[in-house]
Amino acid sequence: MTDRLVNAPQEAGAFMERDFSQHPPAFTPGYKSSTLRAPKQALISFASTLSEKTGPAFGHNMLGEYDNDLIINYAKAGEEAIGPRIVVHGQLLDQNARPIPNVLLEFWQANAGGRYRHKREGYRAPLDPNFGGFGRTITDENGYYWFRTIKPGPYPWPNGVNDWRPAHIHFSLFGSGFAQRLVSQMYFEGDPLIKICPIVNTISDPAAIDRLVARLDMNNTVPMDLSAYRFDIVLRGRRSTFFENRKEGN
Amino acid sequence: MMLPRDYLKETPSQTGGPYVHIGMMPNLFDINGVIPEDLGGDIVLEGVKGERITIKGRIVDGGGNPVFDCVVELWQADANGIYNSPMEHRSGADPKCIGWGRQSADDNGEFAFETIKPGPVPAPGGGLMAPHVTLWIVARGINIGLQTRMYFSDEEAANAKDPILGKARMIGRDGTMIGKRDGDIVTFDIYLQGENETVFLDI
Repeated sequence: MTDRLVNAPQEAGAFMERDFSQHPPAFTPGYKSSTLRAPKQALISFASTLSEKTGPAFGHNMLGEYDNDLIINYAKAGEEAIGPRIVVHGQLLDQNARPIPNVLLEFWQANAGGRYRHKREGYRAPLDPNFGGFGRTITDENGYYWFRTIKPGPYPWPNGVNDWRPAHIHFSLFGSGFAQRLVSQMYFEGDPLIKICPIVNTISDPAAIDRLVARLDMNNTVPMDLSAYRFDIVLRGRRSTFFENRKEGN
Repeated sequence: MMLPRDYLKETPSQTGGPYVHIGMMPNLFDINGVIPEDLGGDIVLEGVKGERITIKGRIVDGGGNPVFDCVVELWQADANGIYNSPMEHRSGADPKCIGWGRQSADDNGEFAFETIKPGPVPAPGGGLMAPHVTLWIVARGINIGLQTRMYFSDEEAANAKDPILGKARMIGRDGTMIGKRDGDIVTFDIYLQGENETVFLDI
């Protein structure tokens, strides 16, 4: 956090209204944990103020050399994590299809057997001593990101009596304004567990679900080494400022 | 010719899940050695201008249970009401005020931020918003991150003129957005659901 990016001036308008038909509602009883953690009152809506148009920035040089390489970033010297070796890559865009450069992405996941390295986790599948499951990167000047990891395994969880999460990687995303803050999950093309997952199905629009499914990307695989998955991400766009009252100082 | 009115759709949200700390606070949950320290521990640095305060509180679900497995982030202006952000077009932000922090709740659902009291921030269309911090909560069972604001009980006059608090006042719920100040401690309990449910924002 010590090195602050000085970005080129960007549009600083209010954000486009969030389209809640594309998101899961708060109260989704099929995902049982949501029932006591969902507000019952309506959200209060207002056009973004300076408090939401602004947000923190993170510099590229806070990154360690292997922050985006989960195959080795927790491994003992000379060793590597066990599992199907993959590279996940894509572009971070806003709703105006403009790339979002220089912003932080964090990701976390289970190991190849579906086991998370977390003290509250009790699944019997073993930990991989060479896999931590955490990584981060910052998008380049064109909004691109990539990281190397192993494909996570599916994972049973106490919701229904026999619920299994599809293979997935969690993402945490910053844009340039705090109103863009987003957490989501990436799934893998062709996984039959996607259709029957209560967390996936908190989203009602099948087209919206499909945008969380990374595509196998043979053109970017590294032969004899890594298979590639492509996952593009869209954060909220800023509204035009043509007619905005600019007295507030933006 | 009419071109299609196509904007991309925002990527849908999903819950952060119970192991959200692996990705946001790996060192706190014993994933050591990947990064030197967890992000968001320092909202302010030594030499920051302003009044030092601790914002603390409890996050509680609709059954009265502590929300022990969440991550809370805070975003605020400096003591003069200027954001330390590339999107802040006024100059002069205090370089010692990062303005952003991240904490976990403990087993009792309690969280705490060491920071400074922010100054008032320009309101849309003129005037000022009362001093406030923005909070964002993710956890298992929360499908889309919850945003709220905390205002300060010792700012009654400014609070009375704040446009966002005004919207909450119209439905009798502005009290849920006021942190109670006692000396250096500001207490702000967050109720996700039910009686005294905190106002959450679509911004």
